[in-house]
This record gives sequence, C-alpha cells and structure tokens, in this order.
Amino acid sequence: MAQRKTSPLPGFRLTLGYTLLYLSLIVLLPLAATFLKTATLTWDQFWTTVTAPRVLASYRLTFGTSLLAAMVNLVFGLLVAWVLVRYNFFGKKIVDALVDLPFALPTAVAGIALTAIYAPNGWLGKPLAALGIKAAFTPLGIFIALTFIGLPFVVRTVQPVLEDLDAEVEEAAASLGATRFQTFRYVIIPMLLPSLLTGFSLSFARALGEYGSVVFIAGNQPMKTEITALLIITKLDQYNYAEATAIAVVMLVFSFVMLLTVNLLQWWGSRFQQPH
Amino acid sequence: MERPGGHRRPTAEPPWVRRLLIGVALVFLAIFLWVPLAAVFAQAFAKGAKAYFDSFNDPVTFAAVKLTLIAAGIAVPLNLVFGVAAAWAISKFNFPGKSLLITLIDLPFSVSPVIAGLIYVLLFGAQGLLGPWLIDHDIRIIFAVPGIVLATTFVTFPFVARELIPLMQAQGRSEEEAALSLGASGWQTFWRVTVPNIKWGLLYGIILCNARAMGEFGAVSVVSGHIRGETNTIPLHIEILYSENVVAAFAVATLLTLLALVTLCLKTWVEWRAAAESQTAEAE
Repeated sequence: MAQRKTSPLPGFRLTLGYTLLYLSLIVLLPLAATFLKTATLTWDQFWTTVTAPRVLASYRLTFGTSLLAAMVNLVFGLLVAWVLVRYNFFGKKIVDALVDLPFALPTAVAGIALTAIYAPNGWLGKPLAALGIKAAFTPLGIFIALTFIGLPFVVRTVQPVLEDLDAEVEEAAASLGATRFQTFRYVIIPMLLPSLLTGFSLSFARALGEYGSVVFIAGNQPMKTEITALLIITKLDQYNYAEATAIAVVMLVFSFVMLLTVNLLQWWGSRFQQPH
Repeated sequence: MERPGGHRRPTAEPPWVRRLLIGVALVFLAIFLWVPLAAVFAQAFAKGAKAYFDSFNDPVTFAAVKLTLIAAGIAVPLNLVFGVAAAWAISKFNFPGKSLLITLIDLPFSVSPVIAGLIYVLLFGAQGLLGPWLIDHDIRIIFAVPGIVLATTFVTFPFVARELIPLMQAQGRSEEEAALSLGASGWQTFWRVTVPNIKWGLLYGIILCNARAMGEFGAVSVVSGHIRGETNTIPLHIEILYSENVVAAFAVATLLTLLALVTLCLKTWVEWRAAAESQTAEAE
C-alpha cells in the first residue's frame, strides 16, 4: 500500500474497499458456497456422480457441439472481420452493427426463433428435411444455436487488430514477390493468431455454459440431446442438490481453465502489439 | 482499398476474390443472424396484426414486464456504482494484486448462467447454507423477487467495470491531479473532470448491462420458481407462452427484440460520437 502515496487523488480506500466488498458478496462468497456444498459428498460419491453414463454423454455433446461451433466461428468470424475491415459494400455499417445481435438479443428469443426456422416445417428446416437432414431436436440444432451465440466473439477480437495492421508489412511482402495468398498465409495470419485464438476460446467458453438458446432447439433427450447445463437444471428440479452441485463444479473448473487460457492468450497477444 | 482507374495495388485482392469473400460472408450472416431476426417478427404476425396486439392484453404479461423492469432497475444501478468505484481504484492507484482483481471482476462472464442461479439456490434455498435461518425469519429470496434481482446482478456484474477500466487506465490521472492542484475537491474533480471524460464508455456499459439484465434467461430460470404473474420475467414468460400459444410467445419476444435493436442503434451511435470527439480532440 506504500505505492498509494504516489497518487494524490482521494477515494482509494473507499473505492477499493467497496469493490472488494461488493465482489465478495455477489460473486466470490456464493461461488465458494458451491464448493462447500460438494464437500458434503465423499470423493467416491462425487466421482460416481460426475462420471455417470448420462452425465458423460452430456459432456460429450456439450464439448463436441461447442468445439464445432467455435471452429465454424473461427473461420467465418475471420472472414466477416476481413470483409468489414478491408472492403466497402452497400449497407456495410448496418451489417457491422448487426454482428453484435447475439450479444443484445435475449437467449430465449434466439432459442425460439432458431427452433421456428429449423423445425421440420420451418423456413430452413423444410429444405433440409427434403435433403433428409433433421436440424431441430438433434445435435445439429444445438450446434446451430451455439454458432449463433458465439458469432460476435471472433469478429470483435480480430476486427481491431486487423484495422491496426501496418500496411507496410504487406507491401514489403508483395515487393519481395509474395503472392496475395502467400502474404495472407505467412504474414497476416501469424499477426492475427493471438486474437483469433482469443476469439475462439471466448466463443468456446460461452458455448460450454450456454442454456437459453439451446434448450428450445435441443429436444432434451437424455443420452442424446441433453446438454450439461440442462442436466444441472433437471437435477435441481428433482431437488437433487448434491448431484447438481457436483456437475456444476466440474463445469466451473472447465470455465476457470478457459478463463486462464483467454488471459494467457491476451497476454501473448499484447506482446505482439507495438507500443504506440 | 481500391484506386480508380482499375489498377490493382499489389496489396489488394482481385475483384472476383473480393466479391466472392463478401458474398460468402453475407450468406453466412444472413443464415445465422438475419433470418432468425426476421423469423421473430414473421412468427409474431403469422396470424395477423390483431392476434399480435391481442397477445399483449394479458395481466400476466404486464406482471412479467413489471418484474423485468424492477430487476433491471435494481441490478443496473448497483453494477454501475460498482463499475465506477472499481475503475477508479484500478485506474488511478497502484496496488498489489491488481491484475488478479481485474480477472475476478470478469469471472461472472465465464460462469454458466445456470450455475449463476445455482449458487444462490445453494446459499439461500430451503436446503441452502442460510436456508433454515431465512425460513425462521420468514424471508424469501429463492423463488421470489430478491433471488431474481441477485441472479440478474450476478450475470451483468462486469459490464460497466470492463468498459471503464481500460478507458480510465488509458486516460491516466493527470487531468484529475491538475484539477485538485487548482483547488477542486475530490467530488468536484470526479463530476467535472472524470465523468465528462468517461461519459461515452459509461453509457456504453449501461446500455449493454441493461440489455443483458432484461434478457437474462438461464440464471433467472433457476431461482424463479416460475410462478405465473409473480416470479416470471419477460424471457421466462416467453418460455411458458411458447408451449401454449406460439404467436403470443413471439409477440412478447418482439418486445425484447426491439429492445435489442434499440441497444445496437444506441451502441453504434455512442461509438460514432466517441470517435468523433476523439478526432476533434486530436485536431485541437
């Protein structure tokens, strides 16, 4: 606290004290209570709960669809960011503003809208059904909902980095005889890599915990289309608090790992940026 | 990027590549963003305008709107005060553990909404740590309004703080120090120097915080108990309507969709104003 003397501004104790108190009351203590609750289970009970076949199936489904959705968002997020930064076309400002729709639109609304579209008689569900593809109430539907939810992350992490990219580097590559694709592959992509991976991780982390947009389109059949977040709610509805908490703790640990990954990636990315 | 006259710069793509990339990006955005947006309105008006407007003539819907306004009306100001306090402490002073504190403030974003609801059930529910005490004193938090407010506060916790912290860190503290040395009090400095400097970031944070507060589903769903006309917010009411009357569900959903569109407009406007102001500041 000795460093505080370097700032003559008032309010340090008040604001930091309030920050710590509020953070503890709303976030830290309730989260700690969750871990305390699992302590009522023995290790064996905990392990049996979190590795039951129905729970394992939900992890596989949640991780698989989340990973797939994050990968699609990685590729198309880069494409959208590239198109928005580098090209001009009619309505670009509106297209750009609408990218944030999944952040602003409540997940329940997204959920019922996507279900209506991909139901067997829906706008896109009908043509897909004609091709023999069922989207709603299958893992494909979950993947679609998670892609919607994670869409802005990669675009919004890559876009500012792409805007700040030094044109001279690309000109140097071109003057040394690189084709446009070689410049993109060997010059631009490496510079975008930290932001791409950050966006991918954010999108993946968001998908892992997502509930509202998925629950309508998923079908929610145990072992088949039941995501882990829904399984926690099911256990809660059965007043099975101990098992709900045990599964929640597994998910929390994964969330913390993802949070750590994102922080490391951002730290790595900041080392690439030159000081202005 | 393109120069008139048709000569392509070596750092630009051929026109056909450009058109192809724009085309693919727009098709992707259309399928995943614009079609769902249009579907909300198409479904809401599927049985005509009369059915659409009739859907709102329901006291239970009014109760849901009221509860949503209450929850957002408490959660947003709470997180606003917290965000300003946290950003002040973090950006104007040096202390150990600062990056840890910033990470902890972001924590609610990485917790699943379902778990955000669960932690309050474990704390305040009938079987929770404080449950017996609350029952003895006849205080209801879970399956009641306080639980909904708490869950909403948790999921919208970082919004204002995370907008303000980088902004205020970039601005430093020299302007506040100058104001103080000229004899301004701490509060005067805050209101007349700091607030004008951060007003766009502040507004931006409030807008996003409010959108999430009014639209939260998972966390609120866990603590609500789904009592009709009492503990259902708009998103929870939509879920119930969806299994009974699809047109009514989408009609109520258009309210939240319009809120989302207004949010995006405000957000774009704030970004535009902030950019315009920083340009005039640089020109001076």
